[in-house]
Amino acid sequence: MAAKRLNLREKYQKFTRDLAWEPTYQKKSDIFPQTEFEGIHIHDWDKWEDPFRLTVDAYWKYQAEKERKLYSIIDAFSQNNGQLNVTDARYVNALKLFLTGISPLEYAAHRGFAMAGRQFGGVGPQVACQMQSIDELRHCQTQIHTISQYNKYFNGFHDWNHMHQRVWYLSVPKSFFDDAMSAGPFEFVTAISFSFEYVLTNLLFMPFMSGAAYNGDMATVTFGFSAQSDESRHMTLGLEVIKFMLEQDERNVPIVQKWIDKWFWRGYRLLSLVSMMMDYMLPKRVMSWKEAWEMYFEENGGALFEDLSRYGIRMPKYWEVSVKEKEHLSHQLWATFHNFGHAAAFHTWIPEESEMQWLSEKYPDTFDKYYRPRFEFWRQHTKEKGRWYNPTLPMLCQTCQVPMLFTEPDDPTQICYRSSQYNGEQYHFCSDGCKDIFDDEPEKYVQAWLPVHQIYQGNCGGASIPEVLEYYHLVDGQDNKEYLESNDRANWLRWKGMADTEADREVQAVVNE
Amino acid sequence: MANNNVFIALQNNEEARPIIEAIEQDNAEARVEYAPAMVKIDAPGRIVVRRETVEDLIGRDWDPQELHINLISLSGNIDEDDDAFVLHRGD
Repeated sequence: MAAKRLNLREKYQKFTRDLAWEPTYQKKSDIFPQTEFEGIHIHDWDKWEDPFRLTVDAYWKYQAEKERKLYSIIDAFSQNNGQLNVTDARYVNALKLFLTGISPLEYAAHRGFAMAGRQFGGVGPQVACQMQSIDELRHCQTQIHTISQYNKYFNGFHDWNHMHQRVWYLSVPKSFFDDAMSAGPFEFVTAISFSFEYVLTNLLFMPFMSGAAYNGDMATVTFGFSAQSDESRHMTLGLEVIKFMLEQDERNVPIVQKWIDKWFWRGYRLLSLVSMMMDYMLPKRVMSWKEAWEMYFEENGGALFEDLSRYGIRMPKYWEVSVKEKEHLSHQLWATFHNFGHAAAFHTWIPEESEMQWLSEKYPDTFDKYYRPRFEFWRQHTKEKGRWYNPTLPMLCQTCQVPMLFTEPDDPTQICYRSSQYNGEQYHFCSDGCKDIFDDEPEKYVQAWLPVHQIYQGNCGGASIPEVLEYYHLVDGQDNKEYLESNDRANWLRWKGMADTEADREVQAVVNE
Repeated sequence: MANNNVFIALQNNEEARPIIEAIEQDNAEARVEYAPAMVKIDAPGRIVVRRETVEDLIGRDWDPQELHINLISLSGNIDEDDDAFVLHRGD
């Protein structure tokens, strides 16, 4: 008699759960030493099930197909000089931020999930973490391969990993992941799989990758969506781990809620960089940050947390602040980067008139009132006295490491300052959310490597901007500063056969409704 | 008002098109929105992707796990077996 073909459930059972065994000559707590110290109580690891029921054989089959598709597109892209088809050379600066800020996090996630998978006492999460660890390595590799084509033609891509470890604003993504990886395994997956991937990464990958397509960047949209197809599985793991912890023991509920509060806020602050990419760095825009926040967080996240309320979980603390800030976030970020553009690994610019018009329409209550006048002032200042850069260094938030640029939730004319005392020292924060996180674990956050403090302490090559740029491996006048004065722009005009006769010529950007 | 929407987003390509069509056939309340390179489908409470409907449209066997290849994102609890892939809110 021929063997009966296993159905999906049976196959998952055989290929996953049946891999587990009970140890006989070692204690389980010695094999998995990190599963208890966070205070999470687990009674039955078998209750963990991957809803996709993906087994390792199916995993390799589908991943191989994704890779084949991806690399054939990357080949076509480079063979056809696809880099010349992007809307405008300004667009490439969003990729510089992506490669220096996001791709190293993919590698960190590869390490993080390998470590978490090792620490979980059940085979379901072990297999899911192993697959995710391999996925993340794939994402890092495909991003490096794809973006290497741009490195041949544009400045600023040459030493992205070195920059990730050193450049001031890149300590925002780096410290975010270091914070998660130095937590326990349950907090790590709550942070990355649930709070970041399930609740927040749609904001990064959906409108931004769709934006890459809109801006003619075939390579980026391809690695983006290929990575995102794995992301759906990761998000599902994120939701699964939350439900698993909540169902296992009610003592887990307040711990999980505290992590959700913390990691929502950490992730949201990290995504402020994405708000600026969407509203200012894409020459053709798909949707505004505000619209994306409404669609993916308020509406979608709202439905998610309503679903989780049956476990006693509520919306993350300070979500209302994020809703108030959506009117301001991208403008405040871009204005700050414009001021510090001489120390950034990408170019900055003033939005041209048609783009300001788009921003006025998308932000009718705030853009004309608070932000347009600043950009117009800086544009006028550049015409009359040359481009201005801020010669001092900004104070950073001890928790999220973003410069103190955010305003009071109810007063956009007042910068928000919070502080705490710990062991006789004063620490500064950008928000109540970041202050709460510090106050809960001060002994962790006092150790933060804050780039501005490090520069002033003499640990970053010297106290002057040129010395610090050298320490960052940035070439002054080539990788940084104003787009209008950049080699990137001059090259772009030459390749596209465009004249550049007027010194103050505006960039011809396309703005779409 | 209760918000119990679920969504699925797929790449807008040749392989995903019959899947999108199958979702439209089997989910009367689904709202399909096209963005550059992707399609996002929202529905109140539940979305089902039925193997049989997709197979009728493409004229070959289809495994619901093939969804992984062109899937971009989703939101909701997942229930998958050999015959269907279901997204839902609640238990």
